[in-house]
Amino acid sequence: MNDMSMLKLNEAAAGTPATAAPGVLRDPAPDQRELLLEAIGLHTYYGSSHILHGVNFHIRKGEALGLMGRNGMGKTTLIRTMMGFLNPKAGGVLVRGQRMTGGPTHRIAKLGIAYVPEGRGIFPNLTVKENLLMAARAGVEGQRDWTFDRVMTTFPRLAERLTNGGGQLSGGEQQMLTIGRALMTNPDLLILDEATEGLAPLIVREIWRVIREIRDSGIATVIVDKNHSAITALTDRSMILVKGQVVFDGPSEEVRNNPELIKKHLGV
Amino acid sequence: MDFVSFLIQVLNSLQYGLLLFLVASGLTLVFGIMGIINLAHGSFYMVGAYLAFALTGMTGNLMLAIALGLPLAFVFGAILEWALFSHLYKRDHLEQVLLTYGLILIFEELRSLAVGDEVHGVTIPELFSASIPLSDNLSYPVYRLVISVVCLALAGGLYWLIQKTRLGMMIRAGSHDRDMVKALGIDINLLYRTVFALGVALAALAGMLAAPISSVYPGMGSSVLIISFVIVVIGGVGSVWGALVAALVIGFADTFGKVLLPDLAGLMVYLVMALVLLWRPEGIFRKG
Repeated sequence: MNDMSMLKLNEAAAGTPATAAPGVLRDPAPDQRELLLEAIGLHTYYGSSHILHGVNFHIRKGEALGLMGRNGMGKTTLIRTMMGFLNPKAGGVLVRGQRMTGGPTHRIAKLGIAYVPEGRGIFPNLTVKENLLMAARAGVEGQRDWTFDRVMTTFPRLAERLTNGGGQLSGGEQQMLTIGRALMTNPDLLILDEATEGLAPLIVREIWRVIREIRDSGIATVIVDKNHSAITALTDRSMILVKGQVVFDGPSEEVRNNPELIKKHLGV
Repeated sequence: MDFVSFLIQVLNSLQYGLLLFLVASGLTLVFGIMGIINLAHGSFYMVGAYLAFALTGMTGNLMLAIALGLPLAFVFGAILEWALFSHLYKRDHLEQVLLTYGLILIFEELRSLAVGDEVHGVTIPELFSASIPLSDNLSYPVYRLVISVVCLALAGGLYWLIQKTRLGMMIRAGSHDRDMVKALGIDINLLYRTVFALGVALAALAGMLAAPISSVYPGMGSSVLIISFVIVVIGGVGSVWGALVAALVIGFADTFGKVLLPDLAGLMVYLVMALVLLWRPEGIFRKG
């Protein structure tokens, strides 16, 4: 890493996220809560294609953030870079102030970051119960708020299917299982990538209910979804990505009340 | 064949099959979970046998030699995984075969330098040196029964580890989706190192247990390696349970083949493999 980005990282550690991307960019209200996850000037490539063009990102403890943008704008790439699966060509990732650019992923996760990927990532060769138990862990501050029993209460449908193989579940049940499994790690931040994609409306409503419950319990959330009205209703702050750049970072209310912004950047 | 000879052959089949299981279980785990074809796995069996020979010479007792040799083999496996095998996960099978074949040559050469090329014997511990008389002129050595019991206990332990413990759940999960396991905060490299070292320790233990009955000789790893691959393929790659069943099938096929069809003895094992694969091309138990 060159001196320039080192400098930026230091600034960021002190709590002043650098803002370099163009567009309607604004700082959220001054906030003293701990920065959980932070990215500064990320440039990520897949092979020779340049996906992220200097993305800045941050989320604080207890915050609910919506990450929006059309397909292929870099939302998943941003998340995968911050989880350490991808190594950015430039820029850095800080988890609770520790430099974690490029991973290792398991250490990022152990710092309280849980990730529910697009496509869910359940283990079909494990039973529902095993999927949950293998992930069980106390949180960063030793908290054990989310136990197996609490996951069962939150997702009663899973309780009926404990001995089923993960692969035998319906799409909605698989999604509940991955969210439940992520909660078993007692995270401080839950990242949900397209949690409602391809699910029936009734199940989607159930998933939103659970996400609201998780948010209200004080766990910070990053929610990626196609349904921007659902996201802006659930979150405090929203970010919009267009072609690998942040074009909006501000109160969700502002997105909700600005049909032009939605039409321009999110409309189909 | 009278009943007592039949009984002896059954016991021999069990003992041989269970011993093969110890070698094959590590091979199938490393192949099925980490995706590595390890031709050097038979060498760990040889290393175990020579460890038993060397350590029995020093301590005067095979059981003490095993107690010392097992942790040594585990550490040896962990170091090998760290230094060499961990670099193979993302490589293709040709490169894996090249490296692990090279390791066979290196291990054989090192063995030759260290202990020479003679055949050595290892004494059965006094505690188990007796034989159980089965008829007027036939008896069965206690030591072989002990091998069977130890192997059965280990098979049970391995089943428990893989199926019932959280470590086993993580190992199985890792065979399906490495990235997701990492995202749950689990250090998959450490997990794989442990599995590999366990496989090495089990193969070495098989060599140590077999040393008194088969003696210790150059190239003893190669024949075990080939049979172990047959077992892995019959049982279904990655399935420990499949490896146990397949090892017993091979134990019986080989032992009874030698008794009933001595002319075809060398072929028996491969005939069984061909038949099983015609019936179930992916092995008796598919990975799961």
